[in-house]
Amino acid sequence: MVPGPTRRSIVALGAGGLALSLALAGCSAGDSGSADGEVELTFLVDNGEATVGTAEALAEAFTAENPDITIEVETRPQGADGDNVVKTRLSTGEMADLFQYNSGSLLQALNPDQTLVNLADQEYVDKFDENFVKSVSTENGVYGVPMGQSMAGAVLYNKDIYAELGLEIPTTWDEFIANAEAVKEAGTAAPIVQTYGDTWTSQLFVLGDFNNVLAEDPDWAEKYTNNEAKYVDEPAFAGFEHLQEAFEKDLFNEDFASALYADGVSMVATGEGAHYPMLTFAASQLATTNPEAADVVGTFPLPGDDPESNGLTVWMPTNTIYVPKSTEGEKLEAAQQFLEFLTTPEACDIQAESNAPQGPFVVEGCELPEDVPAMVSDLQPYFDEGKTNLALEFLSPIKGPALEQITVAVGSGITSADEGAAQYDEDVKKQAQQLGLEGW
Amino acid sequence: MTTATASGRTAAGAEATAPPASSKRKPMKSPYPTWFFIPAGVFYVVLFLVPTLASFYFALTRWTLFDVEFIGLDNFVRFFQEPQLVTGFVNTFIYAFLTSGAKVVLGLLLGVFLSSQIIARGFLRATIFFPVLVSTIGVGILFKVLMDPFGGPINESLAVIGIEGPAWLTDPSIALLSVALVDIWKGVGLATLIYIAGMVAIPQEYYEAAKVDGAGAWNNFRHITLPLLRPATVTVVLLSLIGGLRSFDLIWAMTGGGPGFTSDVLASVIYKQYQAGFFGLSTAGNVVLFIVVAAIVFPLSWWLNRKGDDR
Amino acid sequence: MSARLWRVGGGIAAILVALVVFIVPFLFIVFTAGKTQAESAFLEFTWPTEWVFFENIATVLENRDFLLVRAFVNSTVLTVVAVTIMVILGAMVGYVLQRRKSRWNPLVNGLVLAGLIIPPAVVPTIWVLQGLELFKTIPGLIAVHVAFGLSFCILLFRAFVATIPRELDEAAIIDGAGPVKLFFRVIFPLLRSVIVTVIVVQAVSVFNDFTFALYFAPGDDNATVQLTTFNYISQSVSSFNLLFANVLLITVPPLIMYIFFQRQIVAGMTSGAVKG
Repeated sequence: MVPGPTRRSIVALGAGGLALSLALAGCSAGDSGSADGEVELTFLVDNGEATVGTAEALAEAFTAENPDITIEVETRPQGADGDNVVKTRLSTGEMADLFQYNSGSLLQALNPDQTLVNLADQEYVDKFDENFVKSVSTENGVYGVPMGQSMAGAVLYNKDIYAELGLEIPTTWDEFIANAEAVKEAGTAAPIVQTYGDTWTSQLFVLGDFNNVLAEDPDWAEKYTNNEAKYVDEPAFAGFEHLQEAFEKDLFNEDFASALYADGVSMVATGEGAHYPMLTFAASQLATTNPEAADVVGTFPLPGDDPESNGLTVWMPTNTIYVPKSTEGEKLEAAQQFLEFLTTPEACDIQAESNAPQGPFVVEGCELPEDVPAMVSDLQPYFDEGKTNLALEFLSPIKGPALEQITVAVGSGITSADEGAAQYDEDVKKQAQQLGLEGW
Repeated sequence: MTTATASGRTAAGAEATAPPASSKRKPMKSPYPTWFFIPAGVFYVVLFLVPTLASFYFALTRWTLFDVEFIGLDNFVRFFQEPQLVTGFVNTFIYAFLTSGAKVVLGLLLGVFLSSQIIARGFLRATIFFPVLVSTIGVGILFKVLMDPFGGPINESLAVIGIEGPAWLTDPSIALLSVALVDIWKGVGLATLIYIAGMVAIPQEYYEAAKVDGAGAWNNFRHITLPLLRPATVTVVLLSLIGGLRSFDLIWAMTGGGPGFTSDVLASVIYKQYQAGFFGLSTAGNVVLFIVVAAIVFPLSWWLNRKGDDR
Repeated sequence: MSARLWRVGGGIAAILVALVVFIVPFLFIVFTAGKTQAESAFLEFTWPTEWVFFENIATVLENRDFLLVRAFVNSTVLTVVAVTIMVILGAMVGYVLQRRKSRWNPLVNGLVLAGLIIPPAVVPTIWVLQGLELFKTIPGLIAVHVAFGLSFCILLFRAFVATIPRELDEAAIIDGAGPVKLFFRVIFPLLRSVIVTVIVVQAVSVFNDFTFALYFAPGDDNATVQLTTFNYISQSVSSFNLLFANVLLITVPPLIMYIFFQRQIVAGMTSGAVKG
């Protein structure tokens, strides 16, 4: 571009660019062809280190058993961009041969009946936990196979602090607050850790309380879906109310507004914080940043009013594998083989190994290893006694998208619990209308 | 295959643009041929105009990407009922005028300064441009740390000189201003670059002539530099104002519109709809945003350009 | 004397300010890139207790089968081709738009502004690309970048063509230059400093883009450098050390490019003085 280029050199440049781009087109097309019975599958997963690691380990083990099928793992971002990539690729018929996505209400937004391969007639479906099947089904079919374990939304707590102060695991909200006040009195640790630097962490008070909502009203989820039950009313209002109460009693860590999820986990691990309402997938963070605290951090359910109904709110495996309808022929066959492989104990062991377990498996015949962290082993009694309920997002297709902003506002004292619950009801209404549900 | 379709498009594009040129009663052949518009026009029409017009239709539908249902103006009604909309409007204007104003003033001063004969000019130019190159996500994480009220370097340094720094990003009353500050930090390099290009375009003769007339530095700036930097100023004003009005990526990376909804701008309200999978609703929001931005920028651009052409 | 004082004093003052305002953040990136994952998780502005800088750089480079290296090749091709097309086509439009008064100008001006204001409509664009059989290809991605970058180029060129005296055009026409020759031989070279500016700005925006790549060219074969950044951000476990090692790796090449090009702007300064 230094001396004015002549017309000829411009043309040459244009042609050069074209040749270059054609060459590139040549190399990006024509992959994953199938010659001589060899099949190459693409497998789209989110880019979480644990997800990619698990997916690659599973793909490798599968290819070792089935040498003519290779699986190439592709990644996408997490969060909203990831959701939209999945939706865009599905709706334009450009999805990978296999993909990982959420179960529950997020799955419903993919129109599974239209876009995914129905697995209802596969034998392995019988091995799935009933709740899991619910979370990956519509009225017309079953669509997903789990990768990973179920988990709980509960309170992570520091066992050393509890031992030191002689506290007992609370079974009601009032006992919980009393424990927190005792920790505050002792003055060495933050009674309750909140981390609004990562806004999504603020939702646990509301989402993790759902076991208690169902205890009061077993049909709440159905009423909610039918526009008959609201968050401004009890029993669901309790979640917002608790959040406000904890803020007003000044029970949060000093830096709650800016602290991050990683800080929160580590505070409970080191004893800087006593309680942290969180999902038990935190086991994975704990294993990375504070492996020495595996036996220090325990779990108990977020308590409600009634000690009798005290129990866990449970999330089904959020990593679930689906096959889009655009996968056909021998690729579909190969993909089916891979799904079946995922339900074997061997595959479960790989999953437990490549990522810290976060709760029980939902496939019959799959066992957790002996040495799981306390955070996970504490959950087992509740599962054994059947004191669990599914989280709302697995019982209703409606989850308002703005909950995390609303709970941050309530937890920071910017809005009141009443106002927050009303905002959320409005948010839920918008979601229901967008889903085109009846009666909204 | 590819080339065949592409040239087919070209022909269609040529047809669409050709009539005005030929219908001009063939005066003398202009040295400024209208067909210069065509190659750019093809890209623009095929990949921008067509998809955009198509998307305007979806503003009138409930659209999940899988199903489309025509619902008239419901999306617009819904959008105007958004509880954060008023905050969003106010914040958008504050943010846009603050950042674009600062970028114009600072960019001008730095552009003039970095065109003068100072030492380490190359180093300074590179330094000031460095933030432009860092990805927004990186900048977001970076400043969340620097502005952390507990142990963040900014407040630690302020504490040394006895000032208690505010909770930059978590205090609802200043969160938006803090993000604006970072936006200026990130964007001023670009404004400076454009001003430097503008300085370069000013012929030295003007200054030499002024020197003969005995003009001082201030007079030079006031009567030569400033008027002749007009094209640069117009560009910076338009770009940073448009950028500011529809900006959300930095806000999103730093506060996510929070705490709560306190630093939401129009574009982040829309982005949240998009994020939630409300594609029709977010398209409707984009139409509204487009109208708002256009209502400010079109008259401004017309006015700036008219004054420029008068000269 | 006072000019000298300005030269040195102003320079030193500016360096000090720049150190605080721009270099400190840069150091944070370097420090974090040098930490272990556990230490980096706390995001503190501290000297790493254990320097694992080169290990981190190596990890980032090797990750996912040298994805970053492939991404670099893709991004470079993408940036060079897209910016070249944009600059030439944008200059042609900006030039005619400024020089020729026609009743089409308001329309073109309006479209240019619209191009700056309206965000991309993702799904309809995918349909168009699918129709052209350019979806999931680098040429398709290039075309989208050109379409969305043109407005900026035109705006800038339109503004700066005004600084070139029309007398030059007239002289060239009298010498018998046709429109194409006039533009490419006379005007285009005079636009040098603007061209360099546009190249720098657009190269940065194409190189730094991730949404277009994410939606219009999915698949690891087409990955661009910004997409690799996403590999280190996740909701649960975040590797900030690798994230910033990655940010550093993908920021330095454009920075070098900028340092190179900004010399060109200075060079333009002297040639501008000769022409008048």
